[in-house]
Amino acid sequence: METKISRQEVRHVADLARLELTEQEELRITEQMNSILSYVDKLNELDTGDVPPTTHAIQLENVFRQDLALSSVDRKMALDNAPQSDGVNFIVPKVL
Amino acid sequence: MHLYDMTIHKLHDLVMRKEVSAMDIVSAFIERIEQFDPKLHCFLTPLADAAIEQARQFDQGTLDTGLSPLAAIPLAIKDVICMQGVRTTCGSRILENFIPPYDATVTDHLKKAGAIFLGKTNMDEFAMGSSTENSAYQPTRNPWDLNRVPGGSSGGSAAAVAADLCAGSLGTDTGGSIRQPASFCGVVGLKPTYGRVSRFGLVAFASSLDQIGPITKDVEDAALLLHVIAGHDGRDSTSVDQPVPDYREALKESIKGLRLGIPKEYFVEGMHPDVATTVQKAIQTCQDLGAEILEVSLPHTEYGVAAYYIIAPAEASSNLARYDGVKYGLRVSDAKDLISMYRRSRSQGFGPEVKRRIMLGTYVLSAGYYDAYYKKASQVRTLIRQDFLEAFAQCDALLAPVAPIPAFKIGEKADDPLQMYLSDVLTLPASLAGIPGISVPCGFSSDQLPIGLQILGPHFREDLILRIAYQFEQATPQLRSKPKILSDCTR
Repeated sequence: METKISRQEVRHVADLARLELTEQEELRITEQMNSILSYVDKLNELDTGDVPPTTHAIQLENVFRQDLALSSVDRKMALDNAPQSDGVNFIVPKVL
Repeated sequence: MHLYDMTIHKLHDLVMRKEVSAMDIVSAFIERIEQFDPKLHCFLTPLADAAIEQARQFDQGTLDTGLSPLAAIPLAIKDVICMQGVRTTCGSRILENFIPPYDATVTDHLKKAGAIFLGKTNMDEFAMGSSTENSAYQPTRNPWDLNRVPGGSSGGSAAAVAADLCAGSLGTDTGGSIRQPASFCGVVGLKPTYGRVSRFGLVAFASSLDQIGPITKDVEDAALLLHVIAGHDGRDSTSVDQPVPDYREALKESIKGLRLGIPKEYFVEGMHPDVATTVQKAIQTCQDLGAEILEVSLPHTEYGVAAYYIIAPAEASSNLARYDGVKYGLRVSDAKDLISMYRRSRSQGFGPEVKRRIMLGTYVLSAGYYDAYYKKASQVRTLIRQDFLEAFAQCDALLAPVAPIPAFKIGEKADDPLQMYLSDVLTLPASLAGIPGISVPCGFSSDQLPIGLQILGPHFREDLILRIAYQFEQATPQLRSKPKILSDCTR
């Protein structure tokens, strides 16, 4: 099978996706991505030169609503699911 | 007849005539769940206590549900749909302890209609899969053969309806996740037009494809459940502001004179012969009912899998970036900095299929590859959509199989993701085009596995595909039966 993506590229993509793959996962995903990417090459059989892309099946334009303040989830509820909070803020590990 | 094997509309008649109490109904289902769910594993979070409390309130007359067709009707909800205060996992470890602070719009509609919730149902993690084997918690088993998958990703919802563990359920369909498990489990499953049902409170997988829809014991139930959940919602800017017709009213009209197209590309090479013959027989039945049958072509069908498995992972990789261990979801405890906290939490929380799709999606959207993959797939999506529009210029609706094979064995395709993806070949194109589709049971394979007939219609013509499905169902009472394995277990 043609190599579409190397292990090194897989490592780079994992980094972009904020994933940490084990050695074994990295090997398996490289193999599977190569198989899937080779398959999707099928699309190149089609000449799509001036075909416009479809991003949504139902075309809607400019969906606006009245600019009104509505009620929303209160702070306590919003923080209830947080792995760590001080009741006012989400707490995260040191950034700098 | 038992209460648990009745349709929603039959139960409704009994409730309205006050022949049964809500408690009678709820107890019948809870007993059934206790008996069979340990074998089937349909539910991730059962809600028996809350359901009993709801039933009590209903019987005391403290709920104002009027003549709603769902008053006191016990339903099961796929665990990707938020319910305030009830754990919603999406079949993932990363959301193992997530308690939504609000209701999805569909949950809200069902509550107002007086429905009672029996539990949240199992699914492939983040709805990514075709067998429910990708659930981080448990595989669900097919009630027709416990060694087989119920289909996916709404496998828990479909199996629960088939096994009479609920009166009806909600699933979601991104590439076939309602229609295929409905077909595998011998029940009715409807994927509405994209935009027909609000996605607010539905945990996002692929936002341009996801739709919520009913899974039910018969077509009339699908019509009445859709009527309750459909409609415009200001909180989902992709929901469409179009009137919701009375779908039940539309069922009764004959299909005489309708032009029904058979897409020749849907009888694919490698199709199980029993699927082909069963669906052909169903087409014959529609002809006997007075429909005109004609062959049509959807020439880009064979590109559907490739386009879908670029577009859906691309959207998923973006949607799933929100699982960062900060606002909700799993966080590893001992990360030394923010980036390693993200990386390790996500790597621990996501299962293999989700990681695979995030990786694929991130790759096809990354610098230098966007045009070759994502743009190309979006252009092919246009061609697939045009195929349908051209077909609907010649015919009113399309008849086809749902899947090339009946339910496969647990583990059979688990090691080869591409083979699993290819089994979606007949449901993905309609998802990419955003058109509605229904799976209605149309017979059995030689080893007694259910086979579904897929009916596809133009955008917003749920009324039409429901009517065809209903007329077919009414004409084929000999095809209705229940999984034997469960009656064997009882005695």
